[in-house]
Parts: sequence; structure tokens; C-alpha cells
Amino acid sequence: MHDTVEYAHASGLLSSVWLLIAIPLASAAILLLLGKRADKWGHWLGVASVGVSFVLGLTYFFQLRGLDNRAVELSLFDYIEVGSLHVDFGLLFDPLSAVFVLLITGVGSLIHLYAVGYMEHDAGRRRFFGYFNLFVAAMLLLVLGNNFVMLYIGWEGVGLASYLLISFWVERPSAATAGKKAFLMNRVGDAGFAIAIFLMFAQLGTTQYDEVFNGIGAVASGTVLIMGLLLLLGATGKSGQFPLQAWLPDAMEGPTPVSALIHAATMVTAGVYLIARSNPIFTANETLQTVVVSVGALTLLIGCIIGCAKDDIKRVLAWSTVSQIGYMFLGVGLGGAAYALAIVHLLAHGFFKAGLFLGAGSVMHGMHDQTDIRRFGGLWRYMRITWATFGLAWLAIIGLPPLSGFFSKEPIIVAAYEREGWTAWLFGTAALIGAGVTAFYMTRLFVLTFHGPKRWTEDIDHPHESPPVMTVPLVLLAVGSVAAGGLMASSVPDWLVPALGDHSGEEVHAVMSHGLITALSIVVTLLGAGLAYALFRNGTALQEQPAGPVVTAARRNLYADAFNEAVFEKPGIFLTRALVFLDNRGIDGLVNGLAAAVGGGSSRLRRLQTGFVRSYAMSMLTGALLVVAAFLALQLGWLA
Amino acid sequence: MSDFPFLSILTGAPLVGALIVAFLPRAKPELAKRVAFIWSLAVLVLAVVMWIAYDAGGDRFQFRESYTWIPAWDAKFTFAVDGIALVMLLLIAVLVPLVILASWHDADASRRSVPVYFALLLALESTMIGVFAAADVFLFYVFFEVMLVPMYFLIGSYGGQRRQYAAVKFFLYSLVGGLFMLAAVIGLWALGGKTFDWQQLLSADFSTGTERWLFLGFFVAFAIKAPFFPFHTWLPDAGGAAPAGSAALLVGVLDKVGTFGILRYCLPLFPEASTWFAPYALALAVIGIIYAALLAVGQNDLKRLVSYTSIAHFGFIGVGIFAFTTQAGTGAVLYMLNHGLATGLLFLVVGMFVARRGSSLISDFGGAGKLVPLLAGVLFFAGLASLALPGTAPFVSEFLVLIGTFTVNKTVAVIATAGIILAAAYVLWMVQRTTQGTLNPALATVDAMRRDLTVREKVVVAPLIALLLVLGFYPKPVTDVINPAVQATMQDVQKSDPAPAVTEAAK
Repeated sequence: MHDTVEYAHASGLLSSVWLLIAIPLASAAILLLLGKRADKWGHWLGVASVGVSFVLGLTYFFQLRGLDNRAVELSLFDYIEVGSLHVDFGLLFDPLSAVFVLLITGVGSLIHLYAVGYMEHDAGRRRFFGYFNLFVAAMLLLVLGNNFVMLYIGWEGVGLASYLLISFWVERPSAATAGKKAFLMNRVGDAGFAIAIFLMFAQLGTTQYDEVFNGIGAVASGTVLIMGLLLLLGATGKSGQFPLQAWLPDAMEGPTPVSALIHAATMVTAGVYLIARSNPIFTANETLQTVVVSVGALTLLIGCIIGCAKDDIKRVLAWSTVSQIGYMFLGVGLGGAAYALAIVHLLAHGFFKAGLFLGAGSVMHGMHDQTDIRRFGGLWRYMRITWATFGLAWLAIIGLPPLSGFFSKEPIIVAAYEREGWTAWLFGTAALIGAGVTAFYMTRLFVLTFHGPKRWTEDIDHPHESPPVMTVPLVLLAVGSVAAGGLMASSVPDWLVPALGDHSGEEVHAVMSHGLITALSIVVTLLGAGLAYALFRNGTALQEQPAGPVVTAARRNLYADAFNEAVFEKPGIFLTRALVFLDNRGIDGLVNGLAAAVGGGSSRLRRLQTGFVRSYAMSMLTGALLVVAAFLALQLGWLA
Repeated sequence: MSDFPFLSILTGAPLVGALIVAFLPRAKPELAKRVAFIWSLAVLVLAVVMWIAYDAGGDRFQFRESYTWIPAWDAKFTFAVDGIALVMLLLIAVLVPLVILASWHDADASRRSVPVYFALLLALESTMIGVFAAADVFLFYVFFEVMLVPMYFLIGSYGGQRRQYAAVKFFLYSLVGGLFMLAAVIGLWALGGKTFDWQQLLSADFSTGTERWLFLGFFVAFAIKAPFFPFHTWLPDAGGAAPAGSAALLVGVLDKVGTFGILRYCLPLFPEASTWFAPYALALAVIGIIYAALLAVGQNDLKRLVSYTSIAHFGFIGVGIFAFTTQAGTGAVLYMLNHGLATGLLFLVVGMFVARRGSSLISDFGGAGKLVPLLAGVLFFAGLASLALPGTAPFVSEFLVLIGTFTVNKTVAVIATAGIILAAAYVLWMVQRTTQGTLNPALATVDAMRRDLTVREKVVVAPLIALLLVLGFYPKPVTDVINPAVQATMQDVQKSDPAPAVTEAAK
């Protein structure tokens, strides 16, 4: 049984926590409403608003640390008040939302700064920053709400920002299509999420976190399972997890800072936040946890298998994001102490994945926006800062000690081996294999981009390093990639106890010794990296080579797109066309036919439609006769 | 203040304005436009004053006035509004000036009189206000029928292609519905104590069979008016052929008479029949949500597409009404308001596109955002409101309808929720085909497409956008007005909200 969840009322400085959201929102409004008048300085306003939110976030963080009950609520106004349904426009600042606030505004500030340089030559830079600020505001609402409806509003808000930014270069048909695909696949998840909220209200009469969590113990087990599965559906949509993973790689159509902030560091981790936040619901049903673990394990493998087969630098990173979030789902699915481990990995991932994406952007910046790693090579000489920072982030993501990823990923593998019975072997080994494959494809990416022979297209002469406004964020993120994991590994789980529960006293046993698992994970990582280095240190073919069924399947995203097209898209289009035909010919045809029959044949109908006033007079007369008939009928009592 | 005859003045004033405008010289169209616009603004001011004077926690019906009309039948000019009607009156008062402003040049190209066009809009306003303000069943019926006349001429005389066909179809459909209602009205009078007074009829008792017949008479009329599947086929034709401003009023307000009528007449007067028919009505409504959304996806005409989205939205309203819970009912009424704002905006913006392009076919557009970025932005916003994105007003109403329905009928709520996915599909695909992607070369040659939003057009869209956002974040002022009226209606049908499955004690 879970401890009672109780939130204190925000007072003092913390009662202004809404400013975190209001500042970037106001900035977004200014940038979008002022139009061209803000073109000259708009981007700096955009950076400053997120920077200020970060400073505020730090201040609130330290305030919170000084409190006994580290969770405060703030009710701004009544949002919906109808019958027994009461929805607060309320915020919750607790350890979990605090770390997200710092990640979103901290990494967000760096990426905003980087984007000033990256988008310098784009005519739409002001609009870009408007959308970017809107995203930050929506994401902060998502993590700061004190009930599921607020979470949902933020959830759809980030979806909107994601759509706008994926299709930012809207004149490209592929960008417009990718944005729409992202929004639609997300809506499928959102529908599940929405129904979960309805179910909460029907069961418990509330959507407030504390009331739902305190009441969940009394809800029937099967209902909890359904509620959790619906939430999970929402989470898989937002986080690009199986079965709703196909939109995320296409989202790379957006400008690279978008990929870094939204589709790597923050928004796509919202699914992990949702499950971690709802931990009392997920912990209440074991089957539910097993489903989450399975989704995580399956997706982490899908992601890294496809990652091996891609030649587009951003797509490799996108599939790697899918895979890494798979680890996080594995973590939150395992439950108990692993909730916190997933959050640690999420935060560490925020640093190194943002670093990788921004590094990729820096490479593209110097290489005429090309993204094909087969046409890179030898770039380390030309862009040293990008190379060094990318290299550190690479070592971090593959989990080499003592970098960040080692401290955040390896504990999740250990936790998977701590499950009961044979599933420990299944999920633990999946995570272990994933670590090896991750090392393989990330090393392939790194080596093909920065080392080996130059394989550049003819138009590239001398690739240049990016300006300081872009490299400074790279360096800072690299520092995070190196140190964040180690620093957070024990401090963050302690900090998160008020939100995720205290699991320090729980006895668990892995099926292998802890030391052996650690050794194994280092070995598979080295093997994967070594193999990739041996295969790709001399470069690779410039064209796609014929391949066996496995590689072909991986190149085609394991046929997920083909499946969606065959099962949903094509029948959907057919159904739509059939219905249009039916409505025009069938129902409307029936109506017109009926009218013709009443009017005494089709020739009469034609005359009816020519608009002569006497036709209407005729129909009015018919009407009047009917009325008289009705009166008579009533008088004679036929109808009564 | 409450003794002031708000409702008769509000009903009569636009009619007076219509007569004045109609007789203004045809050679001075600008004068007619200005008078009509200022007149409608004055009506808006009056409506706002009335909104302020209304006591949300007070009597169910307020501003009651009654004058003798036809003593032999006990038919009276009785006006009174509850929270539901009040919200609709305000919607009308807000929309009409904006529609007049948006339609500024709509009639210029036609060979017909410009003053008459604007007079018809004012006349329409008068009848629309009358139908919501009437508290006498016969008076309601008269307004219900008379309302057709100005709309018929707006479509038939000033519409686009196939306007005659669309106008006649609209008229005949409505007339057929009206006949059903007339029969029911007469039946109600004869069997309910020879009176048309709503308040007195409320306590009338009918045998089960009679009540069901009377319910059906009203329901068929309202289902055609709303329209609900399968009575909907007139709307895409009418909406497609009507001038954009009239279409905004047609779909934004006129059709709400159907759903309003169900709430005001079917449910309270025939509670037992309403309960008996509810499963069928819910089925029609939920089919309508999915069916019309799929059809909207398949349309290649902007105005027809918006018409189909409206049919889907009326499905949500229907679900909300027949779920019989406070949340769903309040959501349904709020939906009527929000849909008026959102679809009104959508129709007006589509009208701006069509006026520039000279065509409403989606395939005649493509990449328009490059030429008219602001206009494209407004289209996108209207689309977002239409798909009920959180932060815009329609989200609140859709959420209330769905959550309220879920507590009593999970199947219907879940199917309806699938409708939100389809809503995203038809909106985003429409936006993509119209404004995104590569620029259609044929479009680039149209001079008018190089002109982005004019000042007049900005004044039209800005209030609607502002209202959609404000009510999206702070709907309480409106829900507080609607809620008591809906709760009273729920009591009329003797329904109460189910308690949560898990009781306090179990926690």
C-alpha cells in the first residue's frame, strides 16, 4: 500500500511559480503578434525568456530544498466547475517537477542560444523562436500541473509546438507531411490518455493527483489495469514507443535545434514523466508493469536495430532516442527503485543527446546541410570543438565509465535482472544486448562522420567550425555529458523520494551478481564499439549496398510504415471515398428521389428546382393542407 | 433593470433596422452597409447589458414579458430566457456585426440589391433572436418557420454555384421538418390543456404513446435543423452555396435552434419519451460524429468540408444532450456557443480565401501560406479550435461532453473520443492541401491572392480569436450561466449524475 500523498500550499516565493510558464508564454505571444517588427531582436528575447525561467527555476529549486514537505501546490483559479467535476487550474512544484523544470529550462536555454546561430540565415527566425518559446511554456505546464487535465493541456500544447516546428519549413511537402504524421499518431495516444482521465473521474470523481493516488487502492484491479494501459497508450504516442514509434524519425524534418530540444531532450520524455508521475497507478497492478517493461524492452531493441541501418546522421540519432527512451520505459515499468533510475537516465540523456543533436547540426552547418554520413569522414581536423564535444557525448551514450551514460544506464540493466523468475533473464538480456548494439551504431556514426577518409561531395571545399554562439552550448552540454550521470546517480533518487516513494529498504536480488552484470555490460559495449571501429575506420561505400533480409527490414524501419499504410492509411482512404460516394448517391439520392416521388416524377422535381415562386407556393399549399388534415385528425382523436 | 423589456426590444430592433436598410437607396450601398453594421453593434451593446443584468444564480427564466396575441388559442407573445438561451443570444449578437463586416463586398458583384442583402442579414438576426427568446410554443414555432425566409433568399439570391438547388433543398427540408413540428405543436395544444405557454405545458400529463408521438414530431424537426445523421444532406449543399457570412450564421447559429429545441422542448415537455428515445438519439449522434468526420476528410471543397465538420460537431452536441448528466449537458450547451465561434471563424476565413481565389475547391489552392501568411495562420488557428485543441474554447466543451457521457455510457464516449483523431485528420489535411507545401503555380497568377489580411478582415477575426482563447482558459463565466439551466433540465427529465464508482468510505 502506498503512503498517503499530501501536498502543502505554496507560500512565499514559491507562490509565484506560475511565472516559469508565463514568461516564455508572454515572449511567444510577443514574437508571434509583433510580426516583422520584432525580427531584429526577437531571437534574443526568446533566449532571455527561457534563461530567466531557468534562473527562477533554480531559485524555486533551492526554496523547495529548504522545506520539510517538499511538494507544494498552487491553485490559480477554477478552470472547470460543473456538477461534481472540479478541475483546478493548479500547479504542483515537487522534486519530480523541479528536476524537469531544470532540464527543460537549462538545456532549453543552451539550445535556444545555439539556435540564434543555427537559424541566423533563416528568414523565419523570429517565428521559430516564437514557436520554440511556446513549446517551453507548454512543456512546463505539462510537468507543473497538479492534475491530469493540466497535464493533458500541456501534453497537447507540446504536440502543437512539435507540429509547428517539424513542419517549420512548410513549403517542403515532406516537412508538412511529417508534421501531420506526428500530430495524428500523437492524437491516437492522446485519445487513450483522455479516456484514462474519463475513467479516473468515473471511478474516483476527481482528476487531482493527490486524490487519484490516494484513492487508487480502492479501485478494482482490472479497472486499474485498463486505466494504466490507456495512460501507457498516451505515453507511447508522445515518446515514440512501440506501437506508435513511426513518427519520431520523420520528425527530423524540423530544424536541428528542434530535434535536440523537443525530439530528444524533453518532449519525447513526457511519456516517461507521465508514468513516473502516475507511479501509484502503475505500481498497483503487476500485469500493467509487465506490459510497460515489455514495451520498453521491445522498443529499445527496435530502436537500436534500425539505428544500425540508417545513413542519415539525424535519423540514426532519432532511432537512438527511441531506443534510449525504451530504457527509460523499462525503468519505470520495473517500478520500485527503478522509477528514479529512469529519471536519472532521462536527465543524463537530456544532456548527451542534446549534445549529439547540436553537434550533428554543427556538422550540417559546415557541410551545406548534408546529412548523409557516407559522405562525411575526416571532419575531426576541421571542426575540433564539434568533434571533441560530440566524442564525449558518444562515449556517454554508449555507457563507458566514468561518463554519464554508464551511471544512468547500467543500473537499469541491473534492475532488469532483479525481476522475479525467467523474466529477469528476458528483460535483463534484452537491455544488455541493447547496450552492445548501441555501442555499435553510435561508434559507426562517430567514426564515419569524423574519422576515416574524406568522402565529401564535390561542392564542399573546406568545412568550417561553427561560431561561438553554437560551440559554447556544445561545450557546456559536453561537460554535462561527462559529469551529470555520476553526480546524479545517488543524489537524484534521494531527492525524488517524496514523488516516487522510498525504496531504499527494499531487498532485491539479481539473478547474477551486480559485479558480473557491470562487467558484462562493459564487455558488450567494448565489443560493439570495437566491431564498428574495425568495420568502418576505412569508410564505407557511397551508395546503398544490396543486403540480406534483416538489414533490408531495418532500413525500412522494420516495416512499421508499410504496416501502417496497409492497415490504416489505404483502407482509411478507401472508406472515405466510399462514404463520400454513398452520401452523395445513397442518402442524398434517396432524399432527392423521395422529393421527386412526392412531387410526381423527376420532371416535376426539375421544375421545382428552377426556382419559380409558384413551385414554392405549391409546396406551401401542400403544407397547409397537411396541417388541416392534422387538425382534423386531432379533433377526431385518431392520434390520441 | 430587469423590468426593462430587453427581449422584445432585442427581437424587434434588428427588424426595424432591416426595414430601414431595405429602403435605403440602392445607389448608395456604402450607406446601407454602415447603417446595418452600426445597427448590429447597437444590438450587441444591448445584449451585453442584458448579460450583465442576468443573475446567474437567480430564477430559471428571467426577463419575462408577455403580451396578448391570439386569445382564442391562448397564444401569447411571451419572451423569457434561461442561461442556455441567453448564451445563444449573445452568440448571435456577437456574430452578426462580424458577419456584416466580413460580408462587406459579398453582394457587390451580384446583380441584386446590396441594401437588401444587409437588410436580410438584420432580418435574420431578428428571427434568430426571437426563436431563442420565445417562451410560448406557438411563438417559437412561428419564428422557427419565419427564420427560413431570410436565409432562403440569402442563399438563393446571393449564393454561389447551384444556389437555387441548395436554397430550395434547404427550404423544403426545413419545411418538412416544420410540418412534423406543427403537427406536434397542435397535438401539444389540444392534449396539453389548450395552451401554448411553456411553463403551463411543463406540468401537462400525456399517455406514454401520445408523449412519444409528440416527442417524435419535435425531434424530427430539430434533427433536420441541427442536422443529425441521416437528415444532414441539405447542409453541405446549403453551406457550400451560401455566401460565407450567411454560411457562418447558418451553421453557427441557425442550426443550433435544433439542439436548443431538443433541450428546451423535447426534454422538459416529454421526459419519459426522451428517456425512451435516448439510446436511438445517442446512436444517431455518435454515428454522425464518425460518419461526418470521415466525409469531411474526403471533401475537395472548403465550404462543404466545413459543413461536414459541423455535422460531426453536432454529433458531439447530441451525445452531450442525450447522455443526461450535468457535465455532458453543460458541455453540449457550451459546445453550441464554442462551435458558433470556431466554425463561424472557420467559415469566415474560408470565405476570405474563396473571395480571393474565386473558387472553393481545395485543389485550386496549395502553398497559399507563402502568399498570404497571416490569412493562412488564421485558417490554421480556426482549424485548431475546430479540432478542439486544449487552450481553445471548444476543448472545454468537448471534454465536458465526453467526460460526462463516459460516466453513464462508456461505449458511446469511447467511440466519440475516436472522433477527435479524425478531427485532427480533416483539419490538418485541409490546412496542408490549402496552405502548405509547394506553391500551386495557378494560384500565384491570381492577383488577389497576393493581398494578405486587410484591416477590415483583421477586425473581423481578432474578436473571435480572442474569445476562443479567453474562453479556452477561463470558461467559468459562461459555464456558471449555463449550469443552472442544464441542471433544471436534468431535473425535468428526472436524471441525476452517477456517483463515482469508488465511494469515500472505500478510500
